Amino acid sequence: MTADGQQRGPGAPPQKKDVPPWRLLATLGTAGAMAGFLIVFVFVATEPAIRAHKAEVLRTAIQEVLKGPAQFDTVYVYEGRLQNELPPGMDPEEVEQIYVGYSDDGSQVGFAIAAAEPGFQDIIRLIFGYDSRDRSVLGMKVLESKETPGLGDKIEKDMIFVQQFDGAVTPLVGVNARQSTGDEHEIDMITGVTISSRAVIRIINNSLERLGPMIDAYNGGGTQ
Amino acid sequence: MRVTTPRQDFVRGIWQENPVLVQMLGLCPSLAVTNTVANSLAMGLATFFVLTGSSLLVSTFKRFIPHEVRISTYILIIATFVTVADMSLEAIVPDIHKALGAFIALIVVNCMILGRQEAFASKRPVGRSLLDAFGTGIGFIIAMLMMGTVREVLGSGSFLGKSLFGPNYEPWVIFVLPPGGFFTIGFILLGLNWVERRKKQKPMVREWPEGVASEKAA
Repeated sequence: MTADGQQRGPGAPPQKKDVPPWRLLATLGTAGAMAGFLIVFVFVATEPAIRAHKAEVLRTAIQEVLKGPAQFDTVYVYEGRLQNELPPGMDPEEVEQIYVGYSDDGSQVGFAIAAAEPGFQDIIRLIFGYDSRDRSVLGMKVLESKETPGLGDKIEKDMIFVQQFDGAVTPLVGVNARQSTGDEHEIDMITGVTISSRAVIRIINNSLERLGPMIDAYNGGGTQ
Repeated sequence: MRVTTPRQDFVRGIWQENPVLVQMLGLCPSLAVTNTVANSLAMGLATFFVLTGSSLLVSTFKRFIPHEVRISTYILIIATFVTVADMSLEAIVPDIHKALGAFIALIVVNCMILGRQEAFASKRPVGRSLLDAFGTGIGFIIAMLMMGTVREVLGSGSFLGKSLFGPNYEPWVIFVLPPGGFFTIGFILLGLNWVERRKKQKPMVREWPEGVASEKAA
């Protein structure tokens, strides 16, 4: 019976409505399982390239926001303080990392901190350079955002906005362009991009609120 | 079921029943990511891949897919190919993947693809379904490239990133922004429909009775 019905070809509307439920389940289950296998296979095949590219993007971004340090090291945020080394057995991928840059003569240039928080559409992920001596931002670069093309994406494409972060002193204050007084804490927000602009400022302030004391403690023995 | 030749199956989607320009399917990606030629091409190729893969599988397994769950099975198959395309693009051309953003994942809901499965691949032999998918996919790529070329040349003064008019060209920025997409597709459709209409009118002139034709000539 069933075989007959199938040989009519699927184009013809089925004559009988009594396809047993297990067949529906089996079809979708099998298709789902096959889809899963295929996706896992492709994931395993593409993951190294994707990972390598992300690392490369991060490395260039660190260079950019620290204004070309001679070298940089990774520092781990672990148990409420910054540590150069992790206890053995810890997977470095699972611990938050920030990066500390050095100039040619070995003096510290600043810290590169990657942070993410919700913007207008989705999570905005950015990285910024921070000089703990005068609490200024060295540079800011958006790593990942899905903000509205043509409006929200100005937080990464509008160079006038981006360059304001170079040398701005934290905590940052977002102001409307017209109210700007030239104070070094101020960032002129982009008209029509208020929420995204504010998100960028908030991300930097929030992550410094959390990491700032740790950075001071980390530097405590040295320069200060 | 309309009887068609293999050649018709292939050619139909390219021009006569072009998915974007005639059937008005898949307009969302055609408007959203055609601001450069490279993006258009990548989106076109990704969609082509998903369409071909889905048509192949749906047509091969059509006998095993019960009528009641066919749509969900098609979507499952389409979504799998989209995920594969998404990961491959990210691994091979990360910059374009970043530029296309969420629109790659949205290929899943491109009606053009589901439409071909429901209307063609689920009823015809594998070979014909592949021909149909190739034709429709190429038609989609052509439409995307038309959009992308107009928008990049006018909006950025470049083609595939290479500057065309030198530094003194003031780019017509609106064409790379969303409104430019609507303008471009509007003008392309206007042009195509105008041409189609003129084609249809020509034989009518010949069919006019003697007197009218000579009156026109005079």
